Amino acid sequence: MSDRTEELQGRIKQAMASDSPLQIQAGGSKSFLCRQTTAQPLSVKGHSGIINYDPTELVLTARAGTSLKEIEQTLAASQQILPFEPPFFDDGATLGGAIATGLSGPIRPFTGSARDYVLGCQIINGKGEILKFGGQVMKNVAGYDVSRLMVGAMGTLGLLLEISIKVLPAFPNQLYLQQSHPPQEALRFMRRLSSQNLPLSGLAYEGDKVHIRLAGSGSAVKAAAAKIGGEQPADDPFWHELKEQTHAFFDGELALWRLSLPAATAYLNLPGKQLIDWGGALRWLKSDEPSRNLFQLAAGCAGHARLFRGGEADLDRIQPQLPAMRAIHQKIKHSFDPHGILNPGQLYSGF
Amino acid sequence: MDKKALIAALREILPASQVLDSTEAQRPFECDGLSAYHRLPLVTVLPEQQEQVQAIVRLCHQNRIPLVARGAGTGLSGGALPDENGVLLSLAKFNRIVDIDPDNLCATVEPGVRNLAISEAVADKGLYYAPDPSSQIACSIGGNVAENAGGVHCLKYGLTVHNIMALKVITTDGELLTIGGKTYDSPGYDLLALMTGSEGLLGIIMEVTVKLLPQPERKQVILAAFDDIGKAATAVGDIIAAGIIPAGLEMMDRLAIQAAEDFCHPGYPLDAEAILLCEIDGNNEEVSERIMQLRQVLDRTGPMHFATAETEAQRQQFWAGRKAAFPAVGRISPDYYCMDGTIPRRHLPQILKRIAELAAGCGLNVANVFHAGDGNLHPLILYDANQPGELEQAEQLGAEILELCIAVGGTITGEHGVGIEKIDQMCSQFAAAELSQFHALKNAFDPAGILNPGKAVPSLHRCAELGAMHVHHGQLPHPELERF
Repeated sequence: MSDRTEELQGRIKQAMASDSPLQIQAGGSKSFLCRQTTAQPLSVKGHSGIINYDPTELVLTARAGTSLKEIEQTLAASQQILPFEPPFFDDGATLGGAIATGLSGPIRPFTGSARDYVLGCQIINGKGEILKFGGQVMKNVAGYDVSRLMVGAMGTLGLLLEISIKVLPAFPNQLYLQQSHPPQEALRFMRRLSSQNLPLSGLAYEGDKVHIRLAGSGSAVKAAAAKIGGEQPADDPFWHELKEQTHAFFDGELALWRLSLPAATAYLNLPGKQLIDWGGALRWLKSDEPSRNLFQLAAGCAGHARLFRGGEADLDRIQPQLPAMRAIHQKIKHSFDPHGILNPGQLYSGF
Repeated sequence: MDKKALIAALREILPASQVLDSTEAQRPFECDGLSAYHRLPLVTVLPEQQEQVQAIVRLCHQNRIPLVARGAGTGLSGGALPDENGVLLSLAKFNRIVDIDPDNLCATVEPGVRNLAISEAVADKGLYYAPDPSSQIACSIGGNVAENAGGVHCLKYGLTVHNIMALKVITTDGELLTIGGKTYDSPGYDLLALMTGSEGLLGIIMEVTVKLLPQPERKQVILAAFDDIGKAATAVGDIIAAGIIPAGLEMMDRLAIQAAEDFCHPGYPLDAEAILLCEIDGNNEEVSERIMQLRQVLDRTGPMHFATAETEAQRQQFWAGRKAAFPAVGRISPDYYCMDGTIPRRHLPQILKRIAELAAGCGLNVANVFHAGDGNLHPLILYDANQPGELEQAEQLGAEILELCIAVGGTITGEHGVGIEKIDQMCSQFAAAELSQFHALKNAFDPAGILNPGKAVPSLHRCAELGAMHVHHGQLPHPELERF
């Protein structure tokens, strides 16, 4: 646990002076999302430590290099959780990486995403300035919402130094259900459940099974389980395996695609195999279908695709943007990083 | 371009009846909910088609004419205050519900649709739109997005930013930009978050896709009365510490209780120094279990008494007093000034005490009505604008309260926005480099600076001039407070 702010600021100023781009790194647990570049690595490892945590405030502030494991253990000691279930992918995972990639786990449709829980942050922008936005309070509308803009920006707008996150009490009880359905019927069933006031915390479909996870007070989950019905295993390791992508579905050499679609989108007949999460809104696809086709297909469904693991290393991994949207992105990037030294090309090629 | 030429150009875009230039026709648009600030625009326009708005934006952009967008005008920070050299763009005619999509749990609406009208339109499908600002009968969704409006149920259900999925926005070059979609995320930067709460400085909102939630099976509310406001504040922390996230957790102090009781008789105890309203929702079994748990927690905090609403009518009555608190206070004082600071909850007792001291110091009364669960304060400073100097005194007290909020690690605005009202406190909240970053972002969207100029983000020059006043002899305000 130490504060490397000054040193990191120095490195960015140096990079700016010598016009040499940087590639920000921490635990490397999600580096498969990044493109190979020639930029100089800048590690934020060691810039770590929980700075402030008072369970009754439901807020935790930590340096970006703090491991997710340490944060979740600290929260667990007070029966609290990170409510967006961030995937680790390995033990090196840090808070900074979770926020820069903006990934959320299976609970996302029910409690919200990483960006929903960010309250404030401190960053170094591409000019080497240390800036603080948002704060440690639940509600804050002073100034533009720069903190949430950092979520999923892949480090292209600023190096994250500190992040304040809203946390929630842990669910006192969880229950698991499984029901077998053919694909179209499974999707309809998941939509039916989503539109009812049920204590859901996961709704996914794999093989021929709908996996249902309930979380809340004991009486709430029991009543909901009785209402929904189905097999009730004592535990369902599926949920952890889905979040961490250790489930057998994710094995094999085929590229892994992530399709984010309107939840009610019908089952898509695609080459390869699929696992459906988020009650229908997230379709994981193991396939060798060309990128172009999948980007087109996702756009046709009013959604977007992302090459998550594997595939061709030099292509854009994210759904291409319309020209007007790309222009706005470039201007925003320029406003934070006019010299283009922070993670160039890590979101889109060209900036 | 002079006023005459501007009006002629606008009449090319719109029928004459939708271009208002007389003083009397424009009077209703001279202010928003913060009526202490008012001024007339050069001209007011009321378009009803998207193409008309695009043409108006292009005209203003080409001629560098300030453009201020306005929804229902219920804002409390002067965000919709017109520019005397510019065009006021009313979006009131855009009041259609475009699409209700129960399968994807969302609805797409035009910006002039009232907040409550959304929930009413989807009620028969068992759904609702969660954010419920107190002005929800009147305020429009476009304004809610521009200000990132909250409400009494934020603690559990979040602010506007957590409850919208997509926006259609007209940028200063007149182009239509679609941000987000009926998906849970979007590729690239989170422009949805950036636009939400940007107070009309980055674009004109033309369409909003809101997230809908299934209505809870049951709601129950507890009213707890305390003989000491500090005890009530401590109870708030105890409830959270027990792992309970109420749907709403509101506090009112003695003055607010009395005003509300006189106004609409919700049955509040008049002998209490403070009351807490705590609502639990969910399925039937969950509500029963949580209410039991809540009663145990409250019992240990030493209340005078507490009661669970026995019927749905009584539940609504308990809330009616809270929701009517602002107009109720309006009856006991000729004018009031509503503040909106947010603080870390643990400082509640200390800050409430300090506010009372500051108020006593200048001879003004303050009623406190607020979202205790979020630490979002709404001190209402009572004054009489007809008494010379009282408005200035109220504003001075308000500024001191906001400085207090900053000093304990809080913010100057939780849900009402900066607008024109808190522009000077932005200089205390942010350093020069941060304000410069805001200006750079603004420049990415609106390089000519025509959208809502002079609001939300102060110029560095303005802050430099203020700075000389803020720091006396190198000492920050309120040195006695613990800082973060």
